[in-house]
Amino acid sequence: MSLADVWWSYLLPLLIMIGESLLLLVVLLIGVAYILLADRKIWAAVQIRRGPNVVGPWGLLQSFADLLKFVLKEPVIPAGANKGVFLLAPLVTCTLALAAWAVIPVDAGWVISNINVGILYIFAISSLAVYGVIMAGWASNSKYPFLAALRSAAQMASYEVSIGFVIITVLLCVGSLNLTAIVEAQNRGLATLIGLPWLSILNWYWLPLLPMLVIFFVSALAETNRPPFDLIEAESELVAGFMVEYGSTPYMMFMLGEYVAVCTMCAMATILFFGGWLPPIAVPPFTWVPGIIWFVLKALLVFFMFAMVKAFVPRYRYDQLMRLGWKVFLPISLAMVAIVAGVLQVTGWVPK
Amino acid sequence: MSQSLTQLLLTYLPLIVFIGVAAVIGLALLVVAFVVAYRQPDPEKLSAYECGFNAFDDARMKFDIRYYLVAILFIIFDLEVSFLFPWATALGRLGQFGFWSMMVFLAVLTVGFIYEWKKGALEWD
Repeated sequence: MSLADVWWSYLLPLLIMIGESLLLLVVLLIGVAYILLADRKIWAAVQIRRGPNVVGPWGLLQSFADLLKFVLKEPVIPAGANKGVFLLAPLVTCTLALAAWAVIPVDAGWVISNINVGILYIFAISSLAVYGVIMAGWASNSKYPFLAALRSAAQMASYEVSIGFVIITVLLCVGSLNLTAIVEAQNRGLATLIGLPWLSILNWYWLPLLPMLVIFFVSALAETNRPPFDLIEAESELVAGFMVEYGSTPYMMFMLGEYVAVCTMCAMATILFFGGWLPPIAVPPFTWVPGIIWFVLKALLVFFMFAMVKAFVPRYRYDQLMRLGWKVFLPISLAMVAIVAGVLQVTGWVPK
Repeated sequence: MSQSLTQLLLTYLPLIVFIGVAAVIGLALLVVAFVVAYRQPDPEKLSAYECGFNAFDDARMKFDIRYYLVAILFIIFDLEVSFLFPWATALGRLGQFGFWSMMVFLAVLTVGFIYEWKKGALEWD
């Protein structure tokens, strides 16, 4: 095999893959920087404050100033810590959070890897997120991180179950694990049924599966440790949760992982319930807009809900949290799986 | 290796590359502070944080048995979810028999769930 063959059949496709990955990751990380700023701005606006407004116009460069600050801070590794695991934990958290984006389609065909078990992959990757927390809490060899890691593992595990059942109900309606297929299945639905096929906003699964959307949203808050479920860093009891011993860039990577996971959950809600990149009304001025813009708009709308919940819902107590997960969400979502499957079976709407 | 299997595996190649690139970016972020930032460790700075006290015993202590219980319950229900994945995807081709088999399975699990609820396994107080 000549050098040219190697170049055209192996190296060039590999370089293209790396380029695509880099493009998505850079766009995602810059997006996260502004999501973080938006979060703080919305939080401030609810409390009638200005929020960050010094670095750059309207504080637009705040996140980059924060990055610089984290990079220049002294990294401290506690003497009693298991150093390897201690440093591996933030890397695991951050890499796993980013890895989920490999299968998320932001427009028709705009996906790094269009695997046929996409949703299963995301489910698996988000289950692994708990390892970062456990590793950090255990390796710190300090009491607050240890207790917080236990709590957080139990919390993330509990809500993982209801997210799983929510995903199952959507899968029942779609009949495929591929994320692109899930979006495209939302081209038909209630609107088609009532004879108004252009009103595609009614086609999406948020309307027929509304209870599941609510469960998904609340579980996503708990899964990503967002307020009102941020018990792992409940300041009054556990100081800063499992991150107490962390500072500098290792701490930043936990923050980064958390916000990337929030973005993933917003993207998931968009794909499962809000028709991904499909326009809300399928008539010309709306259909001319590129799909990626619809996708980003919908994801940002979901994120706005995340930020508003953070701003005005008081924090849950731990026993309330566990009760909500196991005694409310689990039975409801389990029943909904049976109900949705039954309705699809009786009416014959189940996808062949 | 058959052609279709090779094709299937090739769709996973970009996934591996993506995770690799993500890991490299993460590693770069992790390492940069150790390279750039000023460091001057001393024993007090490196001691475990305990609100100003000296730590008086090991941090890897006994903890509540209920965390184990939650982990066990999680395994049961998460396994159930992973059984449901292929069933949900193929429901249209399974027909009545497939539908009712899974309903019986879910009913058996619901009995177990009611039992653990009554036993108080879900209580935190």
